[in-house]
Amino acid sequence: MIQIACPYCGPRDEAEFAYRGDATVHRPAEEAGFHDYVYARANPRGWHLEWWHHTGGCRAVLKVLRHTATHEVRAVGLPADRPEPPSA
Amino acid sequence: MRYSGLRLLTQAFAGNTGWKPAWRDTAPKSSYDVVIVGGGGHGLATAYYLAREHGITNVAVLERGRIGLGNTGRNTTIIRSNYLLPENHNFYEWSLKLWEGLEQDLNYNAMVSQRGVLNLFHSDAARHAAARRGNAMRLDGIDAELLDRAQVAEFCPLIDLDNARFPVMGGLLQRRGGTARHDAVAWGFARAADRRGVDIIQECEVQGIETEGGRVTALRTSRGRIRAGRVGLAVAGSTSLLAGMAGFEVPIESHVLQAFVSEAVKPLVHAVITFGAGHFYISQSDKGGLVFGGGLDGWNSYAQRGNLPAVEHVFAAGVAMMPALSRLRALRSWGGMMDMTPDGSPIIGLTPIQGLTMTGGWCYGGFKATPGSGWCHAWTIAKGEPHPLNAAFTLDRFRQGRLLDERGAGPFAWAQ
Ligand SMILES: Cc1cc2nc3c(=O)[nH]c(=O)nc-3n(C[C@H](O)[C@H](O)[C@H](O)COP(=O)(O)OP(=O)(O)OC[C@H]3O[C@@H](n4cnc5c(N)ncnc54)[C@H](O)[C@@H]3O)c2cc1C
Ligand SMILES: [Zn+2]
Repeated sequence: MIQIACPYCGPRDEAEFAYRGDATVHRPAEEAGFHDYVYARANPRGWHLEWWHHTGGCRAVLKVLRHTATHEVRAVGLPADRPEPPSA
Repeated sequence: MRYSGLRLLTQAFAGNTGWKPAWRDTAPKSSYDVVIVGGGGHGLATAYYLAREHGITNVAVLERGRIGLGNTGRNTTIIRSNYLLPENHNFYEWSLKLWEGLEQDLNYNAMVSQRGVLNLFHSDAARHAAARRGNAMRLDGIDAELLDRAQVAEFCPLIDLDNARFPVMGGLLQRRGGTARHDAVAWGFARAADRRGVDIIQECEVQGIETEGGRVTALRTSRGRIRAGRVGLAVAGSTSLLAGMAGFEVPIESHVLQAFVSEAVKPLVHAVITFGAGHFYISQSDKGGLVFGGGLDGWNSYAQRGNLPAVEHVFAAGVAMMPALSRLRALRSWGGMMDMTPDGSPIIGLTPIQGLTMTGGWCYGGFKATPGSGWCHAWTIAKGEPHPLNAAFTLDRFRQGRLLDERGAGPFAWAQ
């Protein structure tokens, strides 16, 4: 079970959230960047920065740092936060 | 050794002491004309059709573990061609036709069973969608029948037609759909490829892809460097990692999909039945276990194991569709690594690296595609260009806006 510590609601079960994917892509100003924004994904085997929407709670959109092979959640922040993957 | 009824009989009287290994477990040579990465069904089928259709036999299949232990051995074995889009009709129907002759072709019993695939619907809108899909299939020469409530009741009495929330209004049936034995598909292709001279190399992980002037030249593996004229990737959920080694990006996310099997019971579910109001589908294996599953867990994962919310959903949906299932115990559950694309359709064809082709992005539906994928991938490798059957499944269709969005779910890998 993935547990996400929502900054507003505390630790909550993944079932309360809607997954919204890769949080490292940015909407481009120019049309040229749209292919990468919509489709290109690094899809790492390792630490992944991703959006989780607390739809069954406070409805905040959270930025979560999670490992895609162990499922460990390392950091949960707000959209402006920039959690860094552990270096080792 | 050719397999036949007579062989079974003579072996039975000889105490079954004369069986030979079905394929050679070989060590890698230093160079091959073609190297296929990934010893799942798709990789083995690619090697087989390269040898059979194109006479290319200086071929190796490199598998990180043992063949068939990836998604090939983890899937729920449904084969069908009941799609909506013409590109998918052409491809999946060709694959289904290959299944229909596969066992004679491979001289291997893959237990292909055309027991029918029934998709239930529970609302007017879903009925329209099913009728539209069925008509589209029939226009392309694929069998489809729209069943009403009474016909569904007759087809499978176990289904609860009068579920209070999701009453069954009917179903779309493809009688030629069904199941096959997954392990036997890997073993059958391996044996048939081996008989034509293909080297099957297990416990050989590809760790790097070497290129020169934009052309693939060699692979770095856990068993040494192997030079290759051409390389085909068939690594399912690991496609992004292999593409990364070659220096290009694929629009793929790896996700986990779970499946389950119940204790064995007498014949209960004679076809493949899918629920239309939640993620659930079921069939019964010849050993008697009910084999069932649902949707993705829904977040990126390379772990080959899922979590309890998806389990709960699958069981709840299953019991809503067939209340009798609540009396059974689940025996095993497992997960596999899906290579999800943003439009739910696969990528079979060329890559930005010359001499490097791929078959991937199979999402949760690539088992049925095994012969077709291998056939088209082999063609693409042999001719250096896609066959008309896989011409639409390109890597750059996303850039060109030519998506094959069968479900129309939007560009979200986990929603396909
Ligand atoms: C639970 C579940 C249910 C499914 N149900 C169905 C279904 O009912 N019908 C259907 O049509 N499809 C189904 N699928 C999808 C189907 O199983 C896959 O799309 C299909 O098997 C992919 O085939 P493959 O042979 O390419 O994959 P795999 O069998 O996964 O083969 C890929 C191989 O590549 C190897 N590999 C990876 N990286 C490397 C490397 N670096 N070096 C060497 N080897 C490497 C892996 O070890 C693996 O053996 C299901 C999948 C799952 C998980
Ligand atoms: Zn919250």
